[in-house]
Amino acid sequence: MEQKTKIHAEDGKQELKITREFELPVELLFKAYTEAELLEQWMGTKVLKLESKRQGCYQFETTDPKGNKHRFSGTIHEFVPDRKITRTFEMENTPFGVQLEFLEFEKLGEETSRLNMHFIYRSVDLRDQILQLPFAQGINMAHNRMQEIVGKLKQTQ
Amino acid sequence: MNLRRDVFQAIADPTRRAILLLVASQSMTAGAIASNFDTARPTVSKHLQILTECELLAQEQNGREIYYHFNPKKMKEIAEFIEPFRKLWEDRFNKLETIMKKYKSKK
Repeated sequence: MEQKTKIHAEDGKQELKITREFELPVELLFKAYTEAELLEQWMGTKVLKLESKRQGCYQFETTDPKGNKHRFSGTIHEFVPDRKITRTFEMENTPFGVQLEFLEFEKLGEETSRLNMHFIYRSVDLRDQILQLPFAQGINMAHNRMQEIVGKLKQTQ
Repeated sequence: MNLRRDVFQAIADPTRRAILLLVASQSMTAGAIASNFDTARPTVSKHLQILTECELLAQEQNGREIYYHFNPKKMKEIAEFIEPFRKLWEDRFNKLETIMKKYKSKK
C-alpha cells in the first residue's frame, strides 16, 4: 500500500516533522481537528475538553486494553481557521514533558490538502523516546497477547 | 489468525527470538533447531511456521531435508524503529480521511 504519511526525523535533532496529503478540501481537514465529535472518531479518544480558539485548551482521554485511562492535554497558542494551529501537547503523568506543535493546513486544490506537523521536544533524547513508543508498545502488547495465548507454557529462556 | 503476520508479534516471544539467533549463524533443519529446546517438537514447529509466515525465516529444500534460513531483509524492518510510529499516524490519518469523506457526502 502506498505510504501517504511521511516522517522526517533527522538524527541529533529535537524536532520531528510529519506530512500527509488528503483527498479532502482543507476546510474539512481543519474541521476534523476542531470538532470534538469528529476528532473522537479518528483519534480514537474521548474528548473531555476542546476549546478551538486562541488561548483555549484541550484534554483527551484514552482507555487502554487493560482499562487504564491516559490523558493528553495542552493549550492552543495560535488558531487561524483552515490554516494553522499552534499548541502544546503533553501526555499527563508521564516523564515525557510538554512538546510544542505547529500544525499547518495547506490547500492544494479544491478537493485536496496537506497537513504539515512540526513537533519540538525539550531534548533529542525525549524525541527519540517518543518516536520509539509505538514500537515498544507494539512489542509489549504483542507480548501480553502472546502470554495469554501460550498460557501456562513455560518460557524456555 | 492474521496477528501472526505481524513481525513484532513474531519477535515478542522468547523462544522465537532464540530460534532467530540460532538460525542467524547457519541454516538448520527443523529437527536440529528443535534439539536446542526442551519444548515439545510440535511447539517448535509452530514457532517455525509463525516465523516463516512473517518472512523472518525462509525455507530451502536441500535433497530430502528442508532447511530454515534467516531473512535479514525482514529483520531490517524491525530495526526501523520509526515505522510503528509512522504507521500509527498513517492509520489515524486514513481514518480521518474516511470519516471526513463520509461527513462531506452526508451534507
